[in-house]
Amino acid sequence: MGVKQLGIVGQSVKRRDGMGHVTGQTQYVDDVFYPNMLWLKMVRSPISRGIIHGIDTSKAEAFPGVVAVITAKDVPNNWYTILCLIGVEPNDEPVLAHEEVMYMGEPICAIVAETEAIAAEAAALVKLDIEELPPVLELEFAIRPDAPAIKKWGNNTFMYDGYNHRKLRFGDFETAIQKADYVIEGTYSLSPIEHAPIETHCCVVKPEPDGRLTVHTNTQALYFTMDNTAIILQVPSQRLHMVGGTVGGGFGGKVDVITEPITCIAAMKTGRPVKWRWTREEEMRKSSTRAAVKMQYTDGVMNDGRIIARKVRSLEDAGAYHRHSPYGVQKHMANLPGPYTIPNVWVDAYCVYTNRQPSSAMRGFGVTEATFAVECQMERIARTIGIDSWEIRLINAYRNGQMRPVQKVVEDATLIETIQAAAELIGYDLPSHLKAMSSDDYAGNGGRHHG
Amino acid sequence: MESITITFKLNGKTTAVAVEPLTSLRSVLREHLHFHATKAGCGQGGCGSCTVLVNGESVLSCLMLAALADGQEVTTLEGIGTPQHMHPLQAAFFDKFAAQCGYCSPGMIMAAKALLDKNPHPTRAEIAEALAGNLCRCTGYVAILDAIEAVVTQMQEA
Repeated sequence: MGVKQLGIVGQSVKRRDGMGHVTGQTQYVDDVFYPNMLWLKMVRSPISRGIIHGIDTSKAEAFPGVVAVITAKDVPNNWYTILCLIGVEPNDEPVLAHEEVMYMGEPICAIVAETEAIAAEAAALVKLDIEELPPVLELEFAIRPDAPAIKKWGNNTFMYDGYNHRKLRFGDFETAIQKADYVIEGTYSLSPIEHAPIETHCCVVKPEPDGRLTVHTNTQALYFTMDNTAIILQVPSQRLHMVGGTVGGGFGGKVDVITEPITCIAAMKTGRPVKWRWTREEEMRKSSTRAAVKMQYTDGVMNDGRIIARKVRSLEDAGAYHRHSPYGVQKHMANLPGPYTIPNVWVDAYCVYTNRQPSSAMRGFGVTEATFAVECQMERIARTIGIDSWEIRLINAYRNGQMRPVQKVVEDATLIETIQAAAELIGYDLPSHLKAMSSDDYAGNGGRHHG
Repeated sequence: MESITITFKLNGKTTAVAVEPLTSLRSVLREHLHFHATKAGCGQGGCGSCTVLVNGESVLSCLMLAALADGQEVTTLEGIGTPQHMHPLQAAFFDKFAAQCGYCSPGMIMAAKALLDKNPHPTRAEIAEALAGNLCRCTGYVAILDAIEAVVTQMQEA
């Protein structure tokens, strides 16, 4: 299809919702108010790891203005495994904790009251009897055999087909690394990153006379949220009338189905509309983050700049529970070799559990982290062997028809053309042999054709 | 706690409301009077999304006790323009793509209005300084500064 037929491409268009945003007419979830509406506050774990011996809600229940207190026994299916729909198992995260707590801030019990202030005051009256256990907080420690196993299956990693890491094997790394002119190593680490949307998580649920629930949510994934909420509530999904689409910043942080199930239960239990909105502190300290990652590269490189072997060991910190991390590490594994043709690749990618707030989706999670490490490593290679930063990338870039380590043939490579265009945009005159390169020409990276 | 009654001008209209003494101006606007344009982002004066004008000054309404607004003039985003008759700042934010998710936009526009009402010809640096207390997480500050600069240019040409 030509650009002309697409019609709108190349033109500047106004946002459909823009006028509402600039005049204050857009209705965000926290702008939804119902008469007779109740407010919800969460009692959370004050420690990183422990065994729950008791949850005494009697004082909170007796507090004037408190209408309901919700604990694990009120949750019809108390498993929060948001990727159960794509086969991530076993269930590991309760909606409300009742046996153990696995991170500081884990939800334990919800207070529903006439005002937000009353709910907060009553939440402080819940007495928790939790026996503290030593937390596992560091990635390398977590995968040591002598580390305490925080997961019921006996270790601290997600199990991929029986292995404690996701493997990628292509060619013969061990032999190739022996033949390399240079062996270049680099370790790259990232701290967790919080999405920090200006609008915090918020959900408002109104029970309808026909038995349905109207669910106002700022989720980024309305149907995904409907499915998971229905599974937790054990109701058919047509009982949930999901209203969404207006999100005050998400960046992947509003993909976890984290406010809707509890707010629905509160509305069902009380028969009244309920609002749960997170404080800034909850948003920063309790919501999922981008994972912390440690990536170690060992590359075999020839004098002419060709990378002939690459080994990567990566540890991704899922925090206390799965959330989206087992899937994120899968993407991570596939992208750790980078957009380069390397005939011998070995990747071990670990999805590691620690007693930290769970990590989850955030803008290209798994991939972005790998790109950061790969491009730092490319610079390290260029400087170590004394080759130009543009050239090191262009000679190793994917060409169409070449086989990627994940056993997919490259069909739509544009890296070379993108780099050439970038050079032109900043006024850098590439040498003629690099200008002449093309994604359809194998000669530029040594005629390596695995297809 | 005993309620107190406060009376102030909201967007030019005399308004009375009975609230608990420690209620913030932001809560009064959003939860008592249902003027929802003013947003709640942090509740601790850190993000600027609750910015309103009190007697023309830019104020973080989450940090101001509503009682202190008694007898004052309060202006919110609803008070400066409507979709049918947008304020030049609203029109520029719309035209220049300076409102992506829109959650910081009310505070940004009100902070910008407070500046332009006092200084109709600010430099880009002065605009940035005036918005230093307003956080944006997705639109990007460049588009926001461009929109406000466009209004300054319009006013100079007019």
